[in-house]
Amino acid sequence: MERKIRVLVAKPGLDGHDRGAKIIARALRDSGYEVIYTGIRQTPEMIAEAALQEDVDVVGLSILSGAHMALVPRVMDKMKEMGMSDVLMLVGGIIPDEDVQALMDLGVTGVFGPGTLTHEIVSTIEQALAA
Amino acid sequence: MTMAKSVNLTTVEGLTAALAAGNRRALARIISHIENNTHLARPLLAQLYPRSGQAHIIGITGAPGTGKSTLVNVLARVFRQRGLTVGIIAIDPTSPFSGGALLGDRVRMRDLAGDSGVFIRSMATRGSLGGLAQATADVIMVLDAAGFDRVIIETVGVGQSEVEIASTAYTTIVVEAPGLGDEVQAIKAGILEIADIFAVNKADRDGVDRTVMALKMMLNLGSPERFQVMHHGRMLAIDLPEVNALPTGWELPIIKTVATQGSGAEELADAIEAHRQFLAESGGRALRDRLRAATELRMILRDTLLEAQLAHLEPSFLEAVVDSVAQRQVDPYTAVQQLIHGA
Repeated sequence: MERKIRVLVAKPGLDGHDRGAKIIARALRDSGYEVIYTGIRQTPEMIAEAALQEDVDVVGLSILSGAHMALVPRVMDKMKEMGMSDVLMLVGGIIPDEDVQALMDLGVTGVFGPGTLTHEIVSTIEQALAA
Repeated sequence: MTMAKSVNLTTVEGLTAALAAGNRRALARIISHIENNTHLARPLLAQLYPRSGQAHIIGITGAPGTGKSTLVNVLARVFRQRGLTVGIIAIDPTSPFSGGALLGDRVRMRDLAGDSGVFIRSMATRGSLGGLAQATADVIMVLDAAGFDRVIIETVGVGQSEVEIASTAYTTIVVEAPGLGDEVQAIKAGILEIADIFAVNKADRDGVDRTVMALKMMLNLGSPERFQVMHHGRMLAIDLPEVNALPTGWELPIIKTVATQGSGAEELADAIEAHRQFLAESGGRALRDRLRAATELRMILRDTLLEAQLAHLEPSFLEAVVDSVAQRQVDPYTAVQQLIHGA
Protein backbone atom coordinates (compact mmCIF):
# COMPACT_ATOMS: atom_id res chain seq x y z
CA MET A 1 0.00 0.00 0.00
CA GLU A 2 1.28 3.47 -0.81
CA ARG A 3 1.94 6.00 1.89
CA LYS A 4 -0.78 8.64 2.17
CA ILE A 5 -0.26 12.16 3.44
CA ARG A 6 -2.45 12.66 6.51
CA VAL A 7 -3.71 16.12 7.47
CA LEU A 8 -5.59 17.19 10.58
CA VAL A 9 -7.98 20.10 10.00
CA ALA A 10 -9.13 21.75 13.21
CA LYS A 11 -10.79 24.90 14.43
CA PRO A 12 -9.38 26.12 17.73
CA GLY A 13 -11.07 28.82 19.74
CA LEU A 14 -14.63 29.88 20.06
CA ASP A 15 -15.79 31.05 16.65
CA GLY A 16 -18.16 28.60 15.04
CA HIS A 17 -17.62 29.48 11.40
CA ASP A 18 -16.47 26.19 9.96
CA ARG A 19 -17.38 26.59 6.29
CA GLY A 20 -13.84 27.50 5.26
CA ALA A 21 -12.39 24.59 7.22
CA LYS A 22 -14.82 22.17 5.61
CA ILE A 23 -14.08 23.47 2.11
CA ILE A 24 -10.36 23.08 2.70
CA ALA A 25 -10.89 19.58 4.12
CA ARG A 26 -12.78 18.56 1.00
CA ALA A 27 -10.30 20.18 -1.35
CA LEU A 28 -7.41 18.36 0.32
CA ARG A 29 -9.30 15.08 0.11
CA ASP A 30 -9.78 15.73 -3.60
CA SER A 31 -6.03 16.22 -3.84
CA GLY A 32 -5.52 12.67 -2.57
CA TYR A 33 -4.85 13.37 1.11
CA GLU A 34 -6.40 11.64 4.09
CA VAL A 35 -8.02 14.47 6.00
CA ILE A 36 -9.08 14.10 9.61
CA TYR A 37 -11.65 16.73 10.43
CA THR A 38 -12.20 17.42 14.11
CA GLY A 39 -14.80 20.17 14.05
CA ILE A 40 -15.20 23.42 15.93
CA ARG A 41 -14.24 24.67 19.40
CA GLN A 42 -11.15 22.54 19.82
CA THR A 43 -8.73 23.33 22.61
CA PRO A 44 -4.99 23.29 21.84
CA GLU A 45 -4.75 20.13 23.96
CA MET A 46 -7.46 18.40 21.92
CA ILE A 47 -5.77 19.34 18.65
CA ALA A 48 -2.33 18.16 19.72
CA GLU A 49 -3.72 14.90 21.09
CA ALA A 50 -5.70 14.23 17.90
CA ALA A 51 -2.60 14.98 15.78
CA LEU A 52 -0.65 12.48 17.87
CA GLN A 53 -3.24 9.69 17.73
CA GLU A 54 -3.79 10.13 14.00
CA ASP A 55 -0.04 10.38 13.30
CA VAL A 56 -0.56 13.21 10.83
CA ASP A 57 2.07 14.89 8.65
CA VAL A 58 0.31 18.24 8.66
CA VAL A 59 -1.95 20.21 11.03
CA GLY A 60 -4.13 22.90 9.48
CA LEU A 61 -5.73 25.42 11.84
CA SER A 62 -8.64 27.54 10.71
CA ILE A 63 -9.02 30.70 12.79
CA LEU A 64 -11.43 33.52 12.02
CA SER A 65 -11.77 34.96 15.49
CA GLY A 66 -8.60 37.06 15.49
CA ALA A 67 -7.13 35.01 18.33
CA HIS A 68 -4.45 33.41 16.14
CA MET A 69 -1.51 34.99 17.99
CA ALA A 70 -2.78 33.40 21.18
CA LEU A 71 -3.97 30.05 19.83
CA VAL A 72 -1.28 29.06 17.33
CA PRO A 73 1.65 29.23 19.81
CA ARG A 74 -0.35 27.22 22.34
CA VAL A 75 -1.06 24.44 19.84
CA MET A 76 2.58 24.43 18.75
CA ASP A 77 3.84 24.31 22.35
CA LYS A 78 1.56 21.37 23.12
CA MET A 79 2.76 19.54 20.04
CA LYS A 80 6.40 20.20 20.86
CA GLU A 81 5.77 18.88 24.36
CA MET A 82 4.43 15.66 22.85
CA GLY A 83 7.44 15.29 20.57
CA MET A 84 5.79 16.43 17.36
CA SER A 85 7.95 19.35 16.27
CA ASP A 86 8.35 17.64 12.90
CA VAL A 87 4.66 18.01 12.02
CA LEU A 88 3.94 20.85 9.54
CA MET A 89 1.70 23.65 10.79
CA LEU A 90 -0.53 25.61 8.42
CA VAL A 91 -2.86 28.43 9.39
CA GLY A 92 -5.87 29.64 7.44
CA GLY A 93 -8.34 32.43 8.06
CA ILE A 94 -8.37 36.16 8.48
CA ILE A 95 -4.78 36.94 9.43
CA PRO A 96 -3.51 40.57 9.20
CA ASP A 97 -0.31 40.97 7.16
CA GLU A 98 1.73 42.03 10.16
CA ASP A 99 0.87 38.78 11.93
CA VAL A 100 1.75 36.54 9.00
CA GLN A 101 5.49 37.07 9.47
CA ALA A 102 5.15 36.64 13.22
CA LEU A 103 3.46 33.27 12.67
CA MET A 104 6.11 32.21 10.16
CA ASP A 105 8.77 33.15 12.70
CA LEU A 106 7.09 30.84 15.19
CA GLY A 107 7.64 27.97 12.76
CA VAL A 108 4.35 27.96 10.85
CA THR A 109 4.96 26.64 7.31
CA GLY A 110 2.21 28.57 5.55
CA VAL A 111 -0.49 31.15 6.24
CA PHE A 112 -3.45 31.27 3.87
CA GLY A 113 -6.12 33.96 3.64
CA PRO A 114 -9.47 34.07 1.90
CA GLY A 115 -9.32 33.32 -1.82
CA THR A 116 -6.36 30.95 -1.56
CA LEU A 117 -6.39 28.33 -4.30
CA THR A 118 -6.16 24.70 -3.22
CA HIS A 119 -3.10 24.04 -5.33
CA GLU A 120 -1.18 26.73 -3.43
CA ILE A 121 -1.82 24.83 -0.20
CA VAL A 122 -1.01 21.51 -1.83
CA SER A 123 2.27 22.74 -3.30
CA THR A 124 3.27 24.26 0.05
CA ILE A 125 2.66 20.89 1.72
CA GLU A 126 4.47 18.88 -0.96
CA GLN A 127 7.49 21.18 -0.95
CA ALA A 128 7.76 21.21 2.83
CA LEU A 129 7.39 17.44 3.13
CA ALA A 130 9.94 16.84 0.37
CA ALA A 131 12.47 19.10 2.11
CA MET B 1 4.51 9.74 26.89
CA THR B 2 6.20 12.54 28.82
CA MET B 3 9.64 11.41 27.72
CA ALA B 4 8.87 11.37 24.02
CA LYS B 5 12.34 12.56 23.04
CA SER B 6 14.35 9.96 24.89
CA VAL B 7 12.93 6.99 23.04
CA ASN B 8 13.76 5.79 19.55
CA LEU B 9 10.62 5.53 17.50
CA THR B 10 12.33 4.49 14.27
CA THR B 11 13.18 0.86 15.06
CA VAL B 12 11.07 -2.19 15.82
CA GLU B 13 12.75 -2.58 19.22
CA GLY B 14 12.33 1.10 20.10
CA LEU B 15 8.70 1.18 19.03
CA THR B 16 7.66 -2.00 20.83
CA ALA B 17 9.52 -1.01 24.01
CA ALA B 18 7.90 2.44 23.96
CA LEU B 19 4.50 0.86 23.35
CA ALA B 20 4.95 -1.40 26.36
CA ALA B 21 5.77 1.71 28.40
CA GLY B 22 2.50 3.32 27.34
CA ASN B 23 3.93 5.76 24.79
CA ARG B 24 0.97 6.90 22.69
CA ARG B 25 3.06 8.30 19.88
CA ALA B 26 4.70 4.90 19.48
CA LEU B 27 1.23 3.38 19.19
CA ALA B 28 0.24 5.92 16.53
CA ARG B 29 3.47 5.28 14.61
CA ILE B 30 3.07 1.51 14.71
CA ILE B 31 -0.45 1.84 13.30
CA SER B 32 0.92 3.99 10.45
CA HIS B 33 3.60 1.39 9.63
CA ILE B 34 0.88 -1.24 9.38
CA GLU B 35 -1.48 0.93 7.32
CA ASN B 36 1.31 1.84 4.92
CA ASN B 37 2.70 -1.70 4.93
CA THR B 38 6.26 -0.44 5.43
CA HIS B 39 9.22 -2.76 5.90
CA LEU B 40 8.71 -2.51 9.67
CA ALA B 41 5.10 -3.71 9.51
CA ARG B 42 5.74 -7.45 9.60
CA PRO B 43 8.46 -7.46 12.23
CA LEU B 44 6.21 -5.24 14.40
CA LEU B 45 3.25 -7.58 13.97
CA ALA B 46 5.44 -10.55 14.83
CA GLN B 47 6.59 -8.85 18.04
CA LEU B 48 3.14 -7.68 19.12
CA TYR B 49 1.02 -10.69 18.22
CA PRO B 50 1.93 -12.70 21.34
CA ARG B 51 0.94 -9.73 23.52
CA SER B 52 -2.56 -9.59 22.04
CA GLY B 53 -5.64 -11.63 22.87
CA GLN B 54 -6.79 -9.85 26.03
CA ALA B 55 -9.13 -7.18 24.64
CA HIS B 56 -12.81 -7.66 23.98
CA ILE B 57 -13.31 -6.54 20.38
CA ILE B 58 -16.60 -4.90 19.49
CA GLY B 59 -17.73 -4.20 15.93
CA ILE B 60 -20.30 -1.49 15.25
CA THR B 61 -21.91 -1.43 11.85
CA GLY B 62 -25.06 -0.13 10.19
CA ALA B 63 -26.20 2.11 7.39
CA PRO B 64 -24.81 5.65 7.08
CA GLY B 65 -26.78 8.10 9.18
CA THR B 66 -27.88 5.65 11.86
CA GLY B 67 -25.65 7.39 14.38
CA LYS B 68 -22.80 4.91 14.76
CA SER B 69 -20.14 7.47 15.71
CA THR B 70 -22.32 9.10 18.33
CA LEU B 71 -23.14 5.68 19.74
CA VAL B 72 -19.43 4.81 19.91
CA ASN B 73 -18.89 8.06 21.79
CA VAL B 74 -21.46 7.31 24.51
CA LEU B 75 -20.53 3.64 24.70
CA ALA B 76 -16.87 4.51 25.24
CA ARG B 77 -17.92 6.95 27.96
CA VAL B 78 -19.81 4.19 29.79
CA PHE B 79 -16.81 1.86 29.55
CA ARG B 80 -14.58 4.60 30.95
CA GLN B 81 -16.95 5.15 33.88
CA ARG B 82 -16.61 1.43 34.55
CA GLY B 83 -12.85 1.79 34.69
CA LEU B 84 -12.12 0.14 31.33
CA THR B 85 -9.74 1.59 28.76
CA VAL B 86 -10.99 1.90 25.19
CA GLY B 87 -9.30 1.85 21.78
CA ILE B 88 -11.40 3.00 18.84
CA ILE B 89 -10.92 2.52 15.10
CA ALA B 90 -13.27 4.63 12.98
CA ILE B 91 -13.36 3.78 9.28
CA ASP B 92 -14.50 6.07 6.50
CA PRO B 93 -14.38 5.50 2.75
CA THR B 94 -11.54 6.52 0.45
CA SER B 95 -12.69 8.50 -2.57
CA PRO B 96 -12.31 6.28 -5.64
CA PHE B 97 -11.60 9.39 -7.71
CA SER B 98 -8.82 11.11 -5.82
CA GLY B 99 -7.60 8.38 -3.47
CA GLY B 100 -8.09 10.86 -0.65
CA ALA B 101 -10.49 10.55 2.26
CA LEU B 102 -12.39 12.80 4.61
CA LEU B 103 -12.38 11.20 8.04
CA GLY B 104 -14.92 12.97 10.19
CA ASP B 105 -15.86 10.57 12.97
CA ARG B 106 -13.85 12.44 15.60
CA VAL B 107 -16.34 15.31 15.39
CA ARG B 108 -18.85 13.12 17.24
CA MET B 109 -16.31 11.75 19.68
CA ARG B 110 -15.14 15.01 21.19
CA ASP B 111 -16.31 14.00 24.67
CA LEU B 112 -13.48 11.48 24.71
CA ALA B 113 -10.75 14.08 24.12
CA GLY B 114 -8.19 14.53 26.84
CA ASP B 115 -8.78 11.09 28.35
CA SER B 116 -5.57 9.05 28.36
CA GLY B 117 -7.67 5.89 28.71
CA VAL B 118 -9.02 6.39 25.19
CA PHE B 119 -7.20 6.21 21.86
CA ILE B 120 -9.04 7.02 18.64
CA ARG B 121 -7.66 6.30 15.20
CA SER B 122 -9.41 7.17 11.93
CA MET B 123 -8.76 4.83 9.00
CA ALA B 124 -9.59 5.21 5.33
CA THR B 125 -10.67 2.18 3.32
CA ARG B 126 -7.95 2.86 0.72
CA GLY B 127 -9.80 0.61 -1.69
CA SER B 128 -7.34 -2.23 -1.98
CA LEU B 129 -9.18 -5.47 -2.57
CA GLY B 130 -9.38 -7.52 0.58
CA GLY B 131 -6.56 -5.44 2.01
CA LEU B 132 -8.81 -3.35 4.18
CA ALA B 133 -10.02 -6.24 6.25
CA GLN B 134 -6.48 -7.43 6.85
CA ALA B 135 -5.08 -3.98 7.71
CA THR B 136 -8.00 -3.41 10.06
CA ALA B 137 -7.51 -6.76 11.76
CA ASP B 138 -3.83 -5.90 12.22
CA VAL B 139 -4.59 -2.48 13.71
CA ILE B 140 -7.14 -4.05 16.07
CA MET B 141 -4.43 -6.47 17.14
CA VAL B 142 -2.05 -3.57 17.85
CA LEU B 143 -4.62 -1.80 20.07
CA ASP B 144 -5.23 -5.12 21.80
CA ALA B 145 -1.48 -5.59 22.34
CA ALA B 146 -1.26 -2.00 23.61
CA GLY B 147 -3.44 -3.12 26.50
CA PHE B 148 -6.83 -1.57 25.84
CA ASP B 149 -9.60 -3.48 27.61
CA ARG B 150 -12.20 -2.83 24.93
CA VAL B 151 -11.49 -2.21 21.25
CA ILE B 152 -14.36 -0.72 19.28
CA ILE B 153 -14.33 -0.75 15.51
CA GLU B 154 -16.79 1.41 13.64
CA THR B 155 -17.21 0.45 10.00
CA VAL B 156 -18.49 2.45 7.03
CA GLY B 157 -21.82 0.69 6.90
CA VAL B 158 -21.96 -0.64 3.38
CA GLY B 159 -20.57 -3.56 1.47
CA GLN B 160 -19.01 -6.94 1.90
CA SER B 161 -15.95 -5.61 3.71
CA GLU B 162 -18.31 -4.93 6.63
CA VAL B 163 -18.91 -8.59 7.06
CA GLU B 164 -15.20 -9.36 6.91
CA ILE B 165 -14.34 -6.70 9.44
CA ALA B 166 -17.14 -7.77 11.71
CA SER B 167 -15.77 -11.29 11.71
CA THR B 168 -12.78 -9.90 13.58
CA ALA B 169 -15.03 -8.78 16.44
CA TYR B 170 -16.23 -10.95 19.28
CA THR B 171 -19.41 -8.92 19.63
CA THR B 172 -20.99 -7.27 16.62
CA ILE B 173 -23.60 -4.55 17.07
CA VAL B 174 -25.80 -3.70 14.11
CA VAL B 175 -27.26 -0.19 14.41
CA GLU B 176 -30.64 0.55 12.89
CA ALA B 177 -32.68 3.73 13.02
CA PRO B 178 -36.34 4.39 12.33
CA GLY B 179 -37.28 6.11 9.13
CA LEU B 180 -34.26 5.09 7.09
CA GLY B 181 -36.05 3.11 4.43
CA ASP B 182 -37.59 -0.30 4.75
CA GLU B 183 -36.13 -3.34 6.41
CA VAL B 184 -35.66 -5.16 3.13
CA GLN B 185 -32.62 -2.97 2.52
CA ALA B 186 -31.01 -4.33 5.65
CA ILE B 187 -31.79 -7.88 4.60
CA LYS B 188 -30.29 -7.25 1.20
CA ALA B 189 -27.17 -5.80 2.71
CA GLY B 190 -26.73 -9.05 4.62
CA ILE B 191 -25.70 -7.32 7.81
CA LEU B 192 -28.51 -8.64 9.96
CA GLU B 193 -26.90 -12.08 10.06
CA ILE B 194 -23.74 -10.78 11.66
CA ALA B 195 -25.45 -9.14 14.63
CA ASP B 196 -24.95 -10.30 18.18
CA ILE B 197 -26.81 -7.24 19.44
CA PHE B 198 -29.16 -4.84 17.69
CA ALA B 199 -29.23 -1.18 18.65
CA VAL B 200 -32.20 0.80 17.42
CA ASN B 201 -30.82 4.31 17.65
CA LYS B 202 -32.71 7.60 17.44
CA ALA B 203 -35.38 5.86 19.50
CA ASP B 204 -37.02 9.19 20.29
CA ARG B 205 -38.25 9.32 16.70
CA ASP B 206 -41.52 8.18 15.23
CA GLY B 207 -41.58 4.65 13.93
CA VAL B 208 -39.18 3.19 16.47
CA ASP B 209 -41.63 0.52 17.55
CA ARG B 210 -42.18 -0.52 13.96
CA THR B 211 -38.43 -0.91 13.46
CA VAL B 212 -38.12 -2.98 16.64
CA MET B 213 -41.08 -5.13 15.59
CA ALA B 214 -39.62 -5.72 12.14
CA LEU B 215 -36.31 -6.83 13.66
CA LYS B 216 -38.08 -9.18 16.07
CA MET B 217 -40.07 -10.73 13.25
CA MET B 218 -36.99 -11.32 11.20
CA LEU B 219 -35.18 -12.92 14.11
CA ASN B 220 -38.08 -15.33 14.61
CA LEU B 221 -37.93 -16.49 11.01
CA GLY B 222 -34.90 -18.68 11.50
CA SER B 223 -34.51 -21.25 14.24
CA PRO B 224 -31.74 -20.31 16.66
CA GLU B 225 -29.56 -23.24 15.63
CA ARG B 226 -29.76 -22.40 12.00
CA PHE B 227 -29.07 -18.78 12.75
CA GLN B 228 -25.95 -19.63 14.68
CA VAL B 229 -24.65 -21.90 11.97
CA MET B 230 -25.32 -19.31 9.32
CA HIS B 231 -23.76 -16.71 11.49
CA HIS B 232 -20.51 -18.59 11.62
CA GLY B 233 -20.90 -20.21 8.26
CA ARG B 234 -19.89 -17.04 6.52
CA MET B 235 -16.65 -16.95 8.45
CA LEU B 236 -15.78 -20.56 7.74
CA ALA B 237 -12.77 -20.79 5.54
CA ILE B 238 -12.24 -24.53 5.79
CA ASP B 239 -14.41 -27.29 7.09
CA LEU B 240 -14.07 -27.46 10.81
CA PRO B 241 -15.67 -30.25 12.79
CA GLU B 242 -16.22 -27.81 15.65
CA VAL B 243 -18.98 -26.14 13.69
CA ASN B 244 -21.38 -28.63 15.22
CA ALA B 245 -20.27 -27.57 18.66
CA LEU B 246 -20.94 -23.88 18.18
CA PRO B 247 -22.72 -22.58 21.24
CA THR B 248 -26.36 -21.74 20.93
CA GLY B 249 -28.58 -20.06 23.42
CA TRP B 250 -27.64 -16.45 22.91
CA GLU B 251 -30.82 -14.48 22.56
CA LEU B 252 -30.19 -11.40 20.44
CA PRO B 253 -31.07 -8.32 22.44
CA ILE B 254 -32.69 -5.37 20.71
CA ILE B 255 -31.78 -2.20 22.57
CA LYS B 256 -33.30 1.21 22.01
CA THR B 257 -30.85 4.08 22.24
CA VAL B 258 -30.81 7.82 21.82
CA ALA B 259 -27.08 8.31 21.39
CA THR B 260 -27.20 12.09 21.34
CA GLN B 261 -28.62 12.02 24.88
CA GLY B 262 -26.70 8.98 26.02
CA SER B 263 -29.85 7.04 26.83
CA GLY B 264 -29.66 3.29 26.35
CA ALA B 265 -25.86 3.37 26.50
CA GLU B 266 -25.71 1.61 29.88
CA GLU B 267 -28.03 -1.14 28.61
CA LEU B 268 -25.95 -1.50 25.47
CA ALA B 269 -22.75 -1.81 27.50
CA ASP B 270 -24.49 -4.37 29.75
CA ALA B 271 -25.53 -6.40 26.71
CA ILE B 272 -21.96 -6.35 25.39
CA GLU B 273 -20.63 -7.53 28.74
CA ALA B 274 -23.31 -10.25 28.87
CA HIS B 275 -22.30 -11.42 25.40
CA ARG B 276 -18.64 -11.42 26.42
CA GLN B 277 -19.57 -13.54 29.43
CA PHE B 278 -21.65 -15.85 27.23
CA LEU B 279 -18.77 -16.36 24.80
CA ALA B 280 -16.36 -17.10 27.62
CA GLU B 281 -18.62 -19.62 29.35
CA SER B 282 -19.90 -21.35 26.23
CA GLY B 283 -16.47 -21.70 24.66
CA GLY B 284 -17.62 -19.41 21.89
CA ARG B 285 -14.67 -17.11 22.26
CA ALA B 286 -12.15 -19.87 21.62
CA LEU B 287 -14.21 -21.00 18.63
CA ARG B 288 -14.34 -17.52 17.19
CA ASP B 289 -10.59 -17.23 17.65
CA ARG B 290 -10.12 -20.53 15.81
CA LEU B 291 -12.43 -19.49 12.97
CA ARG B 292 -10.79 -16.13 12.72
CA ALA B 293 -7.35 -17.71 12.56
CA ALA B 294 -8.57 -19.97 9.75
CA THR B 295 -10.05 -17.04 7.80
CA GLU B 296 -7.02 -14.89 8.35
CA LEU B 297 -4.55 -17.57 7.32
CA ARG B 298 -6.53 -18.30 4.19
CA MET B 299 -6.59 -14.62 3.28
CA ILE B 300 -2.86 -14.13 3.84
CA LEU B 301 -2.06 -17.38 2.04
CA ARG B 302 -4.11 -16.25 -0.95
CA ASP B 303 -2.37 -12.87 -1.10
CA THR B 304 1.07 -14.39 -0.63
CA LEU B 305 0.55 -17.02 -3.33
CA LEU B 306 -0.81 -14.38 -5.68
CA GLU B 307 2.21 -12.16 -5.12
CA ALA B 308 4.61 -15.06 -5.55
CA GLN B 309 2.90 -16.18 -8.73
CA LEU B 310 2.87 -12.67 -10.20
CA ALA B 311 6.49 -12.15 -9.22
CA HIS B 312 7.80 -14.92 -11.45
CA LEU B 313 5.58 -14.15 -14.43
CA GLU B 314 7.17 -12.42 -17.42
CA PRO B 315 5.30 -9.11 -17.70
CA SER B 316 5.18 -9.48 -21.48
CA PHE B 317 3.67 -12.98 -21.15
CA LEU B 318 1.05 -11.64 -18.72
CA GLU B 319 0.23 -8.79 -21.11
CA ALA B 320 -0.13 -11.21 -24.01
CA VAL B 321 -2.54 -13.41 -22.04
CA VAL B 322 -4.56 -10.34 -21.00
CA ASP B 323 -4.77 -9.36 -24.68
CA SER B 324 -5.92 -12.80 -25.74
CA VAL B 325 -8.71 -12.73 -23.12
CA ALA B 326 -9.72 -9.18 -24.06
CA GLN B 327 -9.89 -10.23 -27.72
CA ARG B 328 -11.95 -13.29 -26.80
CA GLN B 329 -9.43 -15.76 -28.13
CA VAL B 330 -9.10 -17.50 -24.77
CA ASP B 331 -11.56 -17.66 -21.88
CA PRO B 332 -10.32 -16.32 -18.53
CA TYR B 333 -10.26 -19.73 -16.81
CA THR B 334 -8.10 -21.30 -19.49
CA ALA B 335 -5.96 -18.17 -19.41
CA VAL B 336 -5.33 -18.61 -15.69
CA GLN B 337 -4.22 -22.20 -16.32
CA GLN B 338 -1.79 -20.81 -18.91
CA LEU B 339 -0.49 -18.28 -16.41
CA ILE B 340 0.09 -20.96 -13.80
CA HIS B 341 1.45 -23.75 -16.00
CA GLY B 342 2.85 -21.77 -18.94
CA ALA B 343 1.30 -21.58 -22.40
